[in-house]
Amino acid sequence: MSTLEIKDLHVSIETEQGTKPILKGVSLTINTGETHAIMGPNGSGKSTLASTIAGHPRYTVDSGSITLDGENVLEMSVDERARAGLFLAMQYPVEVPGVTMTNFLRTAKTALDGEAPSLRHWTKDVKEAMTQLRIDADFAQRNVNEGFSGGEKKRVEILQLELFKPKFAILDETDSGLDVDALKVVSEGVNREHSKGKMGTLLITHYTRILRYIKPDFVHVFVDGRIAEEGGPELADRLEEEGYDRFLVPGTATAGA
Amino acid sequence: MAETSQLSPDLSESLSDEKARVGAPSSAEKIAIDGFTEEGENLSPLNTGTEQHGARRHSHGDEPVVPEASRGERLKSYRLADFAPLTGREEDWRFTPLKRLRGLDSAPLTGEGPSVTVTGASNIQVETVSRDDARFGSAAVPEDRVSAAAWEAVTTATVVTIPEETVADCEVTVSVRGSDNAPAAQHLIIDARRFSRAVVVLDHHGSTVLAQNVEIVVGDGAELTVVSVQEWDDDAVHVSSQQAKVGRDARFKHVVVSLGGDLVRLTPSSFFTAPGSEVEMYGLYFADAGQHLEQRLLVDHAVPNCKSRVTYKGALQGKDAHTVWVGDVLIRKEAEGTDTYEVNRNLVLTDGARSDSVPNLEIETGLIEGAGHASATGRFDDEHLFYLMARGIDEKTARRLVVRGFLNEVIQQIKVPVLEERLTEAVERELAAGNY
Repeated sequence: MSTLEIKDLHVSIETEQGTKPILKGVSLTINTGETHAIMGPNGSGKSTLASTIAGHPRYTVDSGSITLDGENVLEMSVDERARAGLFLAMQYPVEVPGVTMTNFLRTAKTALDGEAPSLRHWTKDVKEAMTQLRIDADFAQRNVNEGFSGGEKKRVEILQLELFKPKFAILDETDSGLDVDALKVVSEGVNREHSKGKMGTLLITHYTRILRYIKPDFVHVFVDGRIAEEGGPELADRLEEEGYDRFLVPGTATAGA
Repeated sequence: MAETSQLSPDLSESLSDEKARVGAPSSAEKIAIDGFTEEGENLSPLNTGTEQHGARRHSHGDEPVVPEASRGERLKSYRLADFAPLTGREEDWRFTPLKRLRGLDSAPLTGEGPSVTVTGASNIQVETVSRDDARFGSAAVPEDRVSAAAWEAVTTATVVTIPEETVADCEVTVSVRGSDNAPAAQHLIIDARRFSRAVVVLDHHGSTVLAQNVEIVVGDGAELTVVSVQEWDDDAVHVSSQQAKVGRDARFKHVVVSLGGDLVRLTPSSFFTAPGSEVEMYGLYFADAGQHLEQRLLVDHAVPNCKSRVTYKGALQGKDAHTVWVGDVLIRKEAEGTDTYEVNRNLVLTDGARSDSVPNLEIETGLIEGAGHASATGRFDDEHLFYLMARGIDEKTARRLVVRGFLNEVIQQIKVPVLEERLTEAVERELAAGNY
């Protein structure tokens, strides 16, 4: 059993107008086997939390801590965090020119495990996972995410989740831009891995739709860089009916929220 | 919103001056970049004399570049006097920093030049012939001033002949080793006779200032691969015209690998002279800080039912690394049933590097199988790195993974294991040199 612990996290970014604080004191503890949903309006800092955990260089941690089983995550480089067992399914997976999916998956698996996977088992695992996620076999020979549709990219993120078997999966708006069929396929993938009981899941989403397929144990509502309310799955139902309006302080509701 | 796309009055004015070409769209809605037309940049900044970067071309009264109406109409001549001195405004020299040619376009090419040593296959012929030999001019006619200068200057040529119906018993290596910087000329002839098969590697290394003509005759039914490797020292200047005349039902593969040298400019051409033939042209180049690596190729479909494929890939790293790829494919009126495709890909690894890519396809008949071209220049940026590292891959491995994968596609085409291995190592060295 592992624990990912976030304590009083303050994060800012550099903009042309100067330093802008995004997270203003976030505390959150996730244990193996738990699914936490983080919900909130646009610009509330949900994705910043995801990227900060993964170590994206754009975000500066001003104070607070992130630990994984007591180890200081903030001192780790991006690749060290991944090897420690953190996995970020990206909101906008980038295309990587010149690297085939096959080569990428094997290189990553080797880096994560510290040894090359047995070729026979690995090929079989990849094939099976691809079939279950309904990813065409020819994707293996294509460059990472190159020319993939939005939905295909998200499925490939979940493919990696299933193959890399992280201790904690952070899904950054994996549901955005998916049609219902793709949403089901992706959710099934997450559930398959989660049901093995070896992973904690942090599900970041703007919509409640995905929560019909992935059942959260805890729901946290993000507003303006803080957790404004926490509760069980019933909180998601309430958000579905009421939206985020009651959390928005008059005057702070910005365009696009 | 409409106002934001309008140009300021002084910009519109300068643009209309520069774009007096027939068919050029009205300038009012175009975004203007100094020195650029919709076909790319007009001038290498190094060719503009004392002009400062950003100065407008019309401000010093030069005539605009007028490209030939057809690539097939470009001047061809054995006589240097037929080519005017270079100004940098010629269509085919506009990207080349002429000052760094170190006299190849203007000085007498009297240097001794690099030594030539041919090793490898035992069942081929190697000769050194004087310039009254009939094989001079059997495949090529110079198409630019430097090539013509080399043609006039050479007194001998090295001729490699693969005899009729002979399969070379191993690859042939033509080692070209330079040792001084006096401007020099060199002439090589590769004569692959009817139904012969061979792989010939032109292996360029050392230091030199060299204008070179390589004539390649691919006889009827012959299968010839020519690999031109440029692993020159850092100060070398190499301008090479490599023209192939491809006979009936022949297979010709040409591979360019440019890694070393200050300025390397290759102009490989394939001329189809009879139907049923296939040409593949590959290129791999890796430019470091300050290097200028240029390749301008031509595939001339002058007869029916021939096929050509062109794939060039380049990587760039470091300040003022510059690569140029211009791919001209000409499908003449007679060339019915032509099937052609050319592609260029560039990977810019760091800031400060520059890649120019210009695919040109000229089609004079509609009765073809297919014709296409593609070009893409992409950056390897921090987001790529983050993505790969977020999957546990360390930074160094991540960077190398991308570059290796990218360039491997071309290396795999060489099909000479020893050479593939050597070039893979050379690419690794390039990566190491750039702290990758």
